Amino acid sequence: MTTHFNEMYLNGEVRSPYARLEDWTRSMPAELRIQKQAEAEALFRRIGITFAVYGEGGDPDRLIPFDMFPRVFTASEWARLERGIKQRARALNAFLVDVYGRGEIVRAGRIPAALVYQNEAYEKTVVGFIPPKGVYSHIVGVDIVRTGPNDFFVLEDNCRTPSGVSYMLESREMMMRMFPDLFRENRIEPVDRYHELLRRTLNSVAPVKCDREPTVVILTPGHYNSAYYEHSFLADLMGVELVEGADLFVDGAFVYMRTTEGPKRVDVIYRRLDDAFIDPLCYRPDSMLGVPGLMDVYRSGGVSICSAPGAGVADDKAVYTYVPEMVRFYLGEEPILNNVPTWQCGKADDLKYVLEHLAELVVKEVHGSGGYGMLVGPKCTKAEVEAFRLKIVADPGNYIAQPTLALSATPTFVEEGIAPRHVDLRPYCLVGERIELVPGGLTRVALKEGSLVVNSSQGGGVKDTWVLAE
Amino acid sequence: MLSRTAANLYWIARYMERAETAARLLEVGARISLLPTAQGYRNEWDSLLRSIGATGAFAAKYGEPGQRDIESFLFFDRDNPSSVASCITSARENGRIVRTALTTQVWDALNTAFQELRNIEATPRSELELSRLTDWTMRHAAMVRGAIDATLLRNDGYNFLNLGYYLERGDATARLMDVKYYVLLPRADYVGSGLDNDQWIMLLRALSAHRAFHWAYGGEVTAGKIAHFLILNPQCPRSLITCVAGANNHLSRIAKLYGRQSEAQDKAAALQAMLESETPERIFEEGLHEFLSRFIRETASLAGTVVDTYLSGDML
Amino acid sequence: MLLLIDHVTRYRYGHPVRGVVQSHRLTPSRFDGQQVVEWNVTVSGGTPGGAFRDGAGDWVQGWTIKGPVDEIEVRVQGKVSTTDLAGVLRGHRESTPPLAYLRQTPATSLTPELLDLATRATEADGSLALAHALALAVSQAVAYRPGSTNAKTTAAEALAQGEGVCQDHAQVLCTIARARGMPARYVSGYLLADAEGQAHEAAHAWAELHLEGLGWVGFDPANECCPDDRYVRLGSGLDAQEAAPIRGSARTVGEERLDVTVAVLATQQ
Repeated sequence: MTTHFNEMYLNGEVRSPYARLEDWTRSMPAELRIQKQAEAEALFRRIGITFAVYGEGGDPDRLIPFDMFPRVFTASEWARLERGIKQRARALNAFLVDVYGRGEIVRAGRIPAALVYQNEAYEKTVVGFIPPKGVYSHIVGVDIVRTGPNDFFVLEDNCRTPSGVSYMLESREMMMRMFPDLFRENRIEPVDRYHELLRRTLNSVAPVKCDREPTVVILTPGHYNSAYYEHSFLADLMGVELVEGADLFVDGAFVYMRTTEGPKRVDVIYRRLDDAFIDPLCYRPDSMLGVPGLMDVYRSGGVSICSAPGAGVADDKAVYTYVPEMVRFYLGEEPILNNVPTWQCGKADDLKYVLEHLAELVVKEVHGSGGYGMLVGPKCTKAEVEAFRLKIVADPGNYIAQPTLALSATPTFVEEGIAPRHVDLRPYCLVGERIELVPGGLTRVALKEGSLVVNSSQGGGVKDTWVLAE
Repeated sequence: MLSRTAANLYWIARYMERAETAARLLEVGARISLLPTAQGYRNEWDSLLRSIGATGAFAAKYGEPGQRDIESFLFFDRDNPSSVASCITSARENGRIVRTALTTQVWDALNTAFQELRNIEATPRSELELSRLTDWTMRHAAMVRGAIDATLLRNDGYNFLNLGYYLERGDATARLMDVKYYVLLPRADYVGSGLDNDQWIMLLRALSAHRAFHWAYGGEVTAGKIAHFLILNPQCPRSLITCVAGANNHLSRIAKLYGRQSEAQDKAAALQAMLESETPERIFEEGLHEFLSRFIRETASLAGTVVDTYLSGDML
Repeated sequence: MLLLIDHVTRYRYGHPVRGVVQSHRLTPSRFDGQQVVEWNVTVSGGTPGGAFRDGAGDWVQGWTIKGPVDEIEVRVQGKVSTTDLAGVLRGHRESTPPLAYLRQTPATSLTPELLDLATRATEADGSLALAHALALAVSQAVAYRPGSTNAKTTAAEALAQGEGVCQDHAQVLCTIARARGMPARYVSGYLLADAEGQAHEAAHAWAELHLEGLGWVGFDPANECCPDDRYVRLGSGLDAQEAAPIRGSARTVGEERLDVTVAVLATQQ
C-alpha cells in the first residue's frame, strides 16, 4: 500500500486545524472515552437513527457506527472546496437542461452522443421540458477524497437523491451535546441551517401555477426503506408531510394529498424514490410506490419533482468523465476540483489497459452504487480478480476503472486507542433559485484497518465534519 | 394531518388496547378454569375463544383447547393478529412510521415494550408464569397510555389516538362480558346460582374493577348491578357508556377543530343517547347477549365511518 | 383522403371504482401527411387533467375519473384529412434524439433468434433497402392471425410462435431494426379497413425506423406496405405499452373488462 496523507500529522508535526484536538485527546482518559462512546450509541438508538442494509436481512435496527474524533478543514481549504462544488453543481444542471433540450454539448462534439442518448438513465419522457428555475438536480452530493495537503479529487457525483445528510446533522448534534467545551474552544461553522436552506430551495422551484406559499412534501418508498429514518427526520425538521405514494393522488391537472380534512394540493415533491417507481402509468407499471398520472401533471406544470426525473443521466459513472468538460463548455471556467483519472472499459484502448492492470485498479459498475459490485484490485485475491475480469470482458461498457487512490486518513477511535482510518467527504449542495452549501458535509470513515471502502453498507462509519471559522 | 398519519395513530391505540384485552382474556379464562366445574358447562377455554370469534383459527392450529395452547395463542402467536405479541409489534411499527408525530416519551414506551417482548420471547416457557405475562402486558399498556396523556400535544392526532382507545375498549368490554354468556350457555337454570355470581366476580377481577364495584354498589353481587356497572355507569372507566362518551367527545373536538360535522359525530351521538336511555331491566329483557352483539355491531359501524371519513383519505 | 374515426373504449368493473387516472395519446400527430379537421375525445364522468406535447411530438392528455363508477367510456370521434407520403414522417416537430430509440424494453428485448432474423438481411446498415428487407422478414416470419397473441406477448414470443397481430409485427420489427443499429419505434393509430372490412385492425400499429436523410419512416409489416393516406398516426413509444393510446389505472379489487370498437370510414370530400 502506498503511503497516505494523514490529515492530523504532517512530517511528525500536528497540522494547525487539529492543534486543539491534540490536547483534547491527550487529556481524555480511556474510561471517559469508552463511557462517551457508549453514551453516543445510546443516544443514537434512542432517537432511532438506524440503518438497514440492503439484502443482508438481520437487524433492521442496526446503528451506523459513529466515531467521535472529528474531521477538520481550515477556512481556506473549505473556501476552495466550496467554490469547486458549487461550480460542479452548476455545470451538472446546465448539462441536464441542455441534453433534454437542444443538446448543444453533443452537437459540439464535447461528449459522445451515444453515451448520453443511449444511456439507460436518459429519460425520453422529459425531453423538451425545462423544470422551474432550470434545475434538474436540487441536491447534488459530491463525493470527494483527499490525497495530499492540496489534493482533492471528485470520486463521483450524486444528482438523484443522495442520502446521509441526517447523519451529518445528527453527528454534529451529538458532538455538541457530549463535548460542548470543544465547541467553545474551536470556532466551528454551524451546519444547522441545512433544513432551512433545503426548504427554501424546494419552495423556490414551485411550479409557476402555484400562486401561494407552496405545499412541499417528502415522498418516501415507505418505512421498510433503509433511509426511512432520514426521510422522516428531514420532513420533521422542515415541517412538511412525509408521504407515501398512496397518500397522493391526481385529480384533474394537480396532485393532492389525502388528509383528515380532505384533499390538499401539493406543489413540490421532494422524492426519495427512483424514477422507475414514481408513476406506474409512465414508468414501471408494477410499481406500487408511485402516483398514477404524476408525470402528466409534472410535464404540464402542475407540480415540481425534486430531483427532476431524468437527472440520473448526469451522475452516471461514464458521463462523470466528462464533467470537467461540462464546466468548460457551459461556464467557460477551468474546473476547480479534479476528477479521478478514469478509464472507460467501453473504449478499446482503455479496456486493454484495465485488463492489464486489474490488480492495481478500482473497478466499478457504471450504474452501481453503495459500494456494491466493485473490485478493489489491491485488496482482492487473485481468484477474485480473475472472476471480475470475466465480468468486465462480458460487458465492458458497464465498467469504469480508476487508480487505487491513497485516501487520506484521520485519527479515529478504535479498540486499541486512536489510529488513522481512511475517510471521504460528501457535502450536500442545494440548487434552486440560489446555490447553497452548508460548511462541511458527511465524513464517512472506513473503520476496518487499511480498508478503503467507506460505504455504511460495507462497515463504514461517520464522523462530524468541522470547518473552522476564519 | 395526513390521513395515513391519523390512521397510524388510531391503530397504535387500538393495538395497545387490544394487547391488553388479550391479557385480560387470558386472566378471565385462567380464573374461570379454577372454579369447580359443573356438568353441562361448556369448556371454559372454548367459550373464551368463541367470544373473540377465534374458534376456527385456534382449532386449525392447535386442535382441542387447553391452557398452555391458549396461552401460546393469545400471548405469543404471531399468526394470531390479536395476540399480545402481534399487537405490541404492530403498535410499535405504527409508531415507527409516525415517529415524528410522537413525543420521545411515547416512542420510548412503545419501543421498550417491544424490546422487552423480544426478551420474553427468548425466555424458556417454563420460567414464565401466566400472571407475569398478564401483569407485564397491562403495565406496558398503562405506560404507553400514560406517556400519551402526559406528553402529547392536544391536536387532532391526540384525538385520533383517543378515538382508537375508546372504540377498541368499548368493543373489548362487550366481548369480555359476552364470555360469560358462552360459559353459561345452554344451561339457563344456572343464572342466579352461586356459580353464576362467582363467574361475574371473576369477570370484574379481570377488568380490574371488582373493588370499584363494591365501593360503588356494595352488598350482594347481582347480574343487574354488574350490567349496570359495566354498561351504564359513567364512573366505570371501562363501561360501554364511558367508552362511547369518550369517542363522542374526541369526535366533537375533531369536528370543532376542522369546522365540519360529519356522519361519524351523528353516529356517536346516537349511540350515546341510546345507552343513556337504557336500564338493566330492558337489557335483560332484550337478552344480554343480543344487546352486546348489537352494541358490538354498532361500534364497528361507527369505527367504519371514522375510517371512511378521516382515515382513508377518500372523503372528497 | 378524408377519414372519419369513431373509436369507443368501454371499461366495465366488477366492483365500483374510484380515483381512476388515464393518460391518453389519442390525438392525431401533426405532420405533412395528416391534418385534423375535427377531433373530440370524451371520457364519461372524467375531468381533463394536464396536457402537453412531449419530446416525441405526441399530444398527451391526462384524465381523472373521481367515481365511484362501474363503467367508463372513452369516445374518440373525428375527421382527419390525409395525404400519401409513402411512410415518410415529413414535417413532424419533435426533439427526442433518434439515438434514444435504440434501447431494448422487456417486450422488445433481443434474443438469439431475433438477432438471427436481423442479420439474415444482407443489405447495408442504415440503408432504406435494409429497412424494407427487415419489414419483409417480419411479415414472413410472423403470420397474421388474430387472437393468437395478447397485449403482453413479447417480440421474442411472437417470433417463436410464428404468428401474431399488428402489435407483434411492430414489436418484432422494432427489435430487429435496433439490433442492426437503426433507431426504431412503435406507432399506434388507425387504419381504414379494406373492402373486406377487417374491422379488428382498424385500431392499428406499425413501426417507424429512422433513416439518415429521410428521418422517420413508417413500415407496416402486417400489411406489407408503408403507411399511406389510409393511416392516421396517433403516438409512438419504444414498444406497445409505451405507445398505448390509453394508459390507465384504477383502484379496484375486482376484475376489469374491456370492450373496444373502432370504425374508420372514408368520406367523399
